[in-house]
Amino acid sequence: MATFMIYSSKEKQALELITAAKSVGAAAVKAVCINDEAQANALAAAGAEVLLINNDAISLADVAAVASALGQVAAQLGADTILLSSDRRGKEAAGRLAAILDAGCLTDISAIKANGDKIECQRNALGGATVATQYIASDKKIIAIRPKTFDAPGAGSGSVNAMTVDVKASAVKLIETKTRGGDSVDIEAAEALVVVGQGLNSKDDLPAVEALAKKLGGEVACSKPVATDKKWLSEERIVGLSGKKCKPELAIILGISGQVQFTVGIRDAKVIVAVNSDENATINGMADYILTADMHDVIKEMNSSL
Amino acid sequence: MNIVVAMKQVPDLQQVRIRNREPVFTDVPLVLGNIDKNALEAAVAIKESGDANVIALSAGNEDVEDTIKEALAAGADEAFLVLDDKLNGAESGVVAQVLAAAVKKIDDVGLILFGEGSGDNYSGQVGSRVAELLGLPQVAYASALELKGDKALVTRSLEDCTEIVEVTLPAVVTVLSDINEARIPSVTQILKAGKKPKEVLELDEVGVKIPPAASVVTVSNLAPETERKRIVVKSVAELIQSLTTEGVIGR
Repeated sequence: MATFMIYSSKEKQALELITAAKSVGAAAVKAVCINDEAQANALAAAGAEVLLINNDAISLADVAAVASALGQVAAQLGADTILLSSDRRGKEAAGRLAAILDAGCLTDISAIKANGDKIECQRNALGGATVATQYIASDKKIIAIRPKTFDAPGAGSGSVNAMTVDVKASAVKLIETKTRGGDSVDIEAAEALVVVGQGLNSKDDLPAVEALAKKLGGEVACSKPVATDKKWLSEERIVGLSGKKCKPELAIILGISGQVQFTVGIRDAKVIVAVNSDENATINGMADYILTADMHDVIKEMNSSL
Repeated sequence: MNIVVAMKQVPDLQQVRIRNREPVFTDVPLVLGNIDKNALEAAVAIKESGDANVIALSAGNEDVEDTIKEALAAGADEAFLVLDDKLNGAESGVVAQVLAAAVKKIDDVGLILFGEGSGDNYSGQVGSRVAELLGLPQVAYASALELKGDKALVTRSLEDCTEIVEVTLPAVVTVLSDINEARIPSVTQILKAGKKPKEVLELDEVGVKIPPAASVVTVSNLAPETERKRIVVKSVAELIQSLTTEGVIGR
């Protein structure tokens, strides 16, 4: 029987990992918390056996120290299956910990399933064109699971015990942390999304798009270039491989050709509408309703009809 | 100071077709990963504003010798290649060992740059693995990078915040595609690329053995099934009527 250990720097994601471990048959879940007593208590209240490291020498900005600490705890616990959150901090730690433990490692996992003594994992491959099902065959396994793949577990009675580790002097110094300002939109939670791409003529057209999203009870989202190149919308609104993966009830996709790097983020929507001036746009192949028209006219007409 | 940029040869994903849900790689050209090119650009930018030698490092099959010309044209001064057909599709752990062993053979390495993820697999492990194998500090997800003496000032871009960190060199940094816009080499640069120095080693020469059993096994790799209605509507009125029938508007 595998010995499971979980870690995430974020409480919400650590809770999800408890559910993940139980979903593949973990009888007990050991959880590591670093300099975060509040998280330790929350995980214990969800049934985890928490090992709390309080050590000022470990900064989350220094992933070498974090991975070293996790490696030491894993060795002490005899943990062989380690679940991490596949956010950026989790992924950065995953590779480093894999090298320490000589473990096989899979990141960006969107589903896990026990199949006999194997844990089969699903992840996007080839830029999202395919979904690979893989398992780790080595003794030590590190699986980094995408946030929101699992729900938080119910209440349980766990425990919190102190754990000490030794870390080397850090070569990474945190100078400053800047919180992302302004946009706190959660497009993954929206029931409806109006998604705009490079077909949008100008930033001045955005208020009409926002009005439409509001009428539909949803949010505005975009393809990557609209946020990173044109900077018309915040990066929180990017749909796709390098952005959010959304499953709204309704997605209205406007002026987007439909490269797989984008569609991977919206293909799980219940109903997809594609509006594009090109009747042969790739996006039409994955839509339920196809309207070949200028997106600006369609936005205007929908706004006046709804 | 040498700046090593680790680059991976991948199939050009824009040209991979799907047939019966299987990816088809026949006649798909091999290219360098897109984000790897941003890593190279970051290195070349440092070289242009100071004094550094940029080495493109890659491990893969024999084709890499040709593919790497793209990097030499885009500003790398030389290439360091570990070539063996056994490295075709090699897993992250093996590639990291090969790259780490290769870096050890290069003198005066100040910075080792990676893209945050490879073009094809995008698992984002190799940079972190190499840093650990070499016992070096690292900063991933860099959206800005600046050298300051024997340190680098790196902006690490996370989901909810950005961190500015100072890391002592030598260090491993993985970059985001947002860090810069990779240059497109001119015809002259492409012609000159073939003349730039290349060091080519075999797997034995870096002392890495490929383990007999894979640590990660792929059960299947298929395009997801999409069952969409693909109904062409002629007007906004018709669209609204359809969506109302679906129960997704006017709730």
